[in-house]
Amino acid sequence: MNWNEYVKHNGVPEWPYPIRYEAESTVETDVLVLGGGIAGCWAAISAARRGVAVVMVEKGATITSGGGGNGCDHWINTPHPDSPITAEEVVEWELEYSGGYTNGISRYIAARESYETLLELEQMGAKIRDTEDEFIRAPFRDEKTKFLFAYDYKNRLHFRVWGSTFKTALYKTCKQLGVNRYDRIMATGLLTADGKIGNRVVGAVGFHTRTGEFFVFRAKAVIDCLSRHQRNWNFSLELKGVPTLRPPTIVGDGHAMAWRAGAEFTMMERSLPTSFGSGSGYPVYGHGNALNTWFPCNMVDAHGKKIPYVDRDGQILETEVERSLPAADQKFLGERTTAYTHKRPELIPDLEARVRNGEFALPLYADLPSMSAPERHAIWGLMVGEEGKTKIPIRNTYSAAGFDPNQDLLQSYMFLGGDPMRGSVRPQERTGGEVGDAGGLLVDWNLMSNLEGLYVAGDAIFAANYHYHAAATGRYAGRKAAEYADKVSRLALSRQQVSQEKARVYAPLNNGQEVEWKELNAAICKVMQNYCGEIKNEELLKIGLIWLDDLKRNEAPRVQVDNPHKLMRTLEVFNILTCCEMIMHASRARKASTPLLGFFRQDYPEIDPPEWQKWVTIRLEAGGVKTATLSLDFWSPMAENYEKHKS
Amino acid sequence: MTQAKTYAFPNRNTPSDPVVIDPGVCSGCNMCVHVCVADLFIPNPDKGQPPIILYPEECWYEGSCVEHCPEPGAIELNHPLTQRVRWKRKATGEHFRV
Repeated sequence: MNWNEYVKHNGVPEWPYPIRYEAESTVETDVLVLGGGIAGCWAAISAARRGVAVVMVEKGATITSGGGGNGCDHWINTPHPDSPITAEEVVEWELEYSGGYTNGISRYIAARESYETLLELEQMGAKIRDTEDEFIRAPFRDEKTKFLFAYDYKNRLHFRVWGSTFKTALYKTCKQLGVNRYDRIMATGLLTADGKIGNRVVGAVGFHTRTGEFFVFRAKAVIDCLSRHQRNWNFSLELKGVPTLRPPTIVGDGHAMAWRAGAEFTMMERSLPTSFGSGSGYPVYGHGNALNTWFPCNMVDAHGKKIPYVDRDGQILETEVERSLPAADQKFLGERTTAYTHKRPELIPDLEARVRNGEFALPLYADLPSMSAPERHAIWGLMVGEEGKTKIPIRNTYSAAGFDPNQDLLQSYMFLGGDPMRGSVRPQERTGGEVGDAGGLLVDWNLMSNLEGLYVAGDAIFAANYHYHAAATGRYAGRKAAEYADKVSRLALSRQQVSQEKARVYAPLNNGQEVEWKELNAAICKVMQNYCGEIKNEELLKIGLIWLDDLKRNEAPRVQVDNPHKLMRTLEVFNILTCCEMIMHASRARKASTPLLGFFRQDYPEIDPPEWQKWVTIRLEAGGVKTATLSLDFWSPMAENYEKHKS
Repeated sequence: MTQAKTYAFPNRNTPSDPVVIDPGVCSGCNMCVHVCVADLFIPNPDKGQPPIILYPEECWYEGSCVEHCPEPGAIELNHPLTQRVRWKRKATGEHFRV
């Protein structure tokens, strides 16, 4: 029932949950996992299996929460016994397409452990094989193992999976292992030894988003599984539509609290244009296209004329299977890359020009009916359905509306300004990284941050990757944190730090009533678009920081908060503001331009000068923001370091 | 045309109805309230009645409420009007939309 209808007949309802502002509960544990998404559940399971007590704190409901909560269709970059590709080769192509700006630690850990992680998931009850023989004798099926593969049918590095079964399996396993779950708790701050910035992390605090009750968690080790920053350049709930890839509730809560505690970050200056999250787009994977989940779909123009696929050399590929095989002299196909070595077949690169000259008439369509039955069923039945956000909103909703993949052409919005898969509406509408490679916490080979006791997993790590990476790094961080917890004792908490954070959390309850949290978020985005957008310089960034500080001091205290839910939304926006300040600081520190990070400084226009091919790091100290640089391959040598640290 | 009563309501947030609940099928079990990622529902004060959609514009349209609902057909996603994708039947050229 919508609210207006209810109010018309019954009056304004009272808040349905008991209000317990200021009430405080303390919880003690060995390992505290912040975030119950994919990385969080894996971290919790992995730590619990090592015999330590685990508490997991989740802002939503663990059974559904997180960027991968609804599933995934590809389990990528996974070397296994029946694939000739090694973990080293996987990271090599990631380094190639990122120009070196990737995470050799977490990507290598994921490549080494993702196959055993996937098999472990199957033991929990998830579906990872074609056990019903739906795809028998399909060119992407291994008849012995019943595994299905994507993108490269020869090298079989990327699995097609039934990801909608994953979160339920993880959730049940957490329950079986006695992971103590605290749902609907928004973690707001980390606690450090003696309450000092930069010291060992000894716990965290948060509040219940329905009752407002305050929670203090005391732990030997903490794992940040709270994903990344979002809603920094783009935010409009009213016009957002359906296209965001991750839940808008992922805002960088973990980044903001780790920053305040003194954690070191890198890659925060990266941003790229996006129309994800823009009302101009259409539902992700819910429109005709030939990328990712829809690869290698046949595409046609308005008259049914086929749009060719070409290989990396521009040779036209006639058949569906050819699109999923490497070229004769190509080692393997990367999951996504523009670099030549591992480049996948794609639609003709001059398609736009050929549309403009009338060769292909708009609108374009995805032509599923012309595809072979296994490929058609793989795209519409399996991939669109198992991908995180497509089962209910796309496959089921479209089917209920009458869409039939056997006889219907799904419209594409390419060249109509509505394709969320292919770039932005305006260059200043940006993201830190929609599908990976965003800035985040710097980690070592234990997946520990610079703060002792604070481990990191999933998208919170800098230059993270998809679902497989969240799972594998969660699993790794969980066991490292458990090992650490076995060796150390719980430290006393600083009552002063707890009290200060409690006061900060509840302060908005005494706010004025003039501004809605949504407006503040939109205003922050406007500042970022104007002063930290496509073109940056020192003066713009300085004005941007002044503007953000102004919003923090003068407008944030005016945000209206009338219940714990709106308190959560308001504190999220405060965290977004903090993340934007971090982006501005990192942008000021990089005094060069590089398209590899989507970063252009008008005052330092030289592209990729050798002396700036390095990481910029930022952290907060008692005296202010501290910036530094780090060699791009600080994690080398991968195999040696992995062997030394794994357990 | 006359109405029984005219109310002074502000404009509603849009999209205003991200999900549609069939009160004839909904058992009021509040499973959707329990699983919603964005926590946009609240339980109806009248036990057994459909929940109230308090924060409709926070919906992410991922469909957890539909997937976990124990009563088939009780709750369905209702995509925003700006998000209705079109298709064409290949054999006849007829146009359709979500």
